[in-house]
Amino acid sequence: MSDVKMRIWRGDKDGGEFENYSLKPQEGEVVLDVIHRIQATEAPDLACRWNCKAGKCGSCSAEINGKPRLLCMTRMDQLPEGEEVTVTPMRAFPIIRDLVSDVSYNFEKARQVPAFLPPPRPEGGYRMSQADVERGQEFRQCIECFMCQDVCHVIRDHEENKTNYAGPRLFIRYAELEMHPLDTNDRRDLVRDKMGLGMCNITKCCTEVCPEHIKITDNAIIPLKERVVDADFDPVAWLGRKILRRTKRTPAEASVQPEA
Amino acid sequence: MTTTENSATRVDNSSTPVILGGARGGPDVTTMRTDRWWLAPVITVAILGSFVIYATWAAFVNKDYYVGANMHRDLISPFYSPCLTQSCVATGAANKAVFSWWTISPALLILIFPLGFRMTCYYYRRSYYRSFWWAPPACSVADSHKSYSGESRFPLIMQNVHRYFWYFGLVFNVLLTYDAVMAFRTPGDGGIGVTIGTMVLCLNATLLWGYSLSCHACRHLCGGQVRSFSKHPIRYKFWKFVTPLNAKHMQFAWVSLFVVALTDVYVRLVASGTITDFKLF
Ligand code: SF4
Ligand code: SF4
Ligand code: FES
Ligand code: FES
Repeated sequence: MSDVKMRIWRGDKDGGEFENYSLKPQEGEVVLDVIHRIQATEAPDLACRWNCKAGKCGSCSAEINGKPRLLCMTRMDQLPEGEEVTVTPMRAFPIIRDLVSDVSYNFEKARQVPAFLPPPRPEGGYRMSQADVERGQEFRQCIECFMCQDVCHVIRDHEENKTNYAGPRLFIRYAELEMHPLDTNDRRDLVRDKMGLGMCNITKCCTEVCPEHIKITDNAIIPLKERVVDADFDPVAWLGRKILRRTKRTPAEASVQPEA
Repeated sequence: MTTTENSATRVDNSSTPVILGGARGGPDVTTMRTDRWWLAPVITVAILGSFVIYATWAAFVNKDYYVGANMHRDLISPFYSPCLTQSCVATGAANKAVFSWWTISPALLILIFPLGFRMTCYYYRRSYYRSFWWAPPACSVADSHKSYSGESRFPLIMQNVHRYFWYFGLVFNVLLTYDAVMAFRTPGDGGIGVTIGTMVLCLNATLLWGYSLSCHACRHLCGGQVRSFSKHPIRYKFWKFVTPLNAKHMQFAWVSLFVVALTDVYVRLVASGTITDFKLF
């Protein structure tokens, strides 16, 4: 077998460049193994974030040959043989060093999600049926690798949108809460006005990269968009509310207000 | 390697400074992808483009869209159904013509609805945003626009009317199903039978139902909009029925588009006498 050729981004916020490494291949390796071997030999100062090496902690997200992938779940033998393998940090977030980027954006957006708000606890406790429990199960598979956020062109290619855009990872959180039978918050106006749901143009890249195969667009974003239509764009629903004298549920405020 | 500077470096209300933007890692290039990411958008442009060209031509020719009793059949092209105007030459329907003042092709009146339905369809939106608008052309390939507001402003905010087009779509499905049933008629040739044309029209109607029932707005209206499935058992059943169809919406979108065009071609060929509609039994 020929040597594996790695082209890895080295640098920090002040600049950087690619460095090439060449190693003997080993059976059954993933990209993270190769990076560890480079750290152990040629470049002990190569920065890379990882934790579980089992595709479950979501730490090792980076871009391999230009696509967001988990370093620990991408086998070397899945990549085109004999060709150089390019590894770069996630592009949508600021770089810290080498393959490590600063993902605080996502935590900030997570903090802004209005919390779960159940009604007062009835006697005997809350009850939830299996069908309702199952509905949100898919969304709870998220390992917070933030690759969906990284690939989303709304912020990847338009930094200025970051202030008013929650991103696919958080849209599944909003969807999960909106589909929770015990939740009483109404986040529809919030996701529309401040969290940028309308900026998503459902081009499904988030779904394509999700390592947990969560159908982010079909099962979370589109249902949220339809809920926003119910609330704001459906004259029939509006008339129905008027006739039945119903109001929308109390619009939730963001628990932390994003900058105007 | 530095790209954009972000105005929002910090969001307040927090004791720890939070960095939202800043210098990014990796080279400043459109994409680092090495595979043929441009292939899918090119194919989409080719297919959608050809369909639009064909449909425009077929809508304007205003002839050969109906095979009537003189040929012992009752087949109408989906582009011209329902028969609306006097210029429409379908047998019985011509007498009940509603718009006598409309003299150009009736297809122009009809096609607004399926066109609006497909233009606002979540799946087609994904396809043409990627392939025609390049926002983005493919995943992790930079989109080619200076600023971007997605579907949050006029005109694209109008995509939110999709569910109304879905309702119209249902009306058309009923009409086309009626046409498919009528296609079993073979006047003067046994009265009733199954021809290739019958099968084509039936296939077309079935696929259009598949397309409509797998629609995301349909899934929402059927039951997706409720917060609690257990409190709405009937709607939950509907939702469970359409959800697997919804997962195949992309396939329905392409196949039904292809078959609608095919049905028009077939009726056109028979009506113009190029081929005969073979009777199976
Ligand atoms: S579907 Fe929406 S959220 Fe997902 S990557 Fe595309 S624009 Fe972003
Ligand atoms: S939704 Fe998928 S891609 Fe996004 S953070 Fe969660 S696991 Fe990662
Ligand atoms: S190291 Fe945990 S997901 Fe890769
Ligand atoms: S028809 Fe495609 S989503 Fe409604």
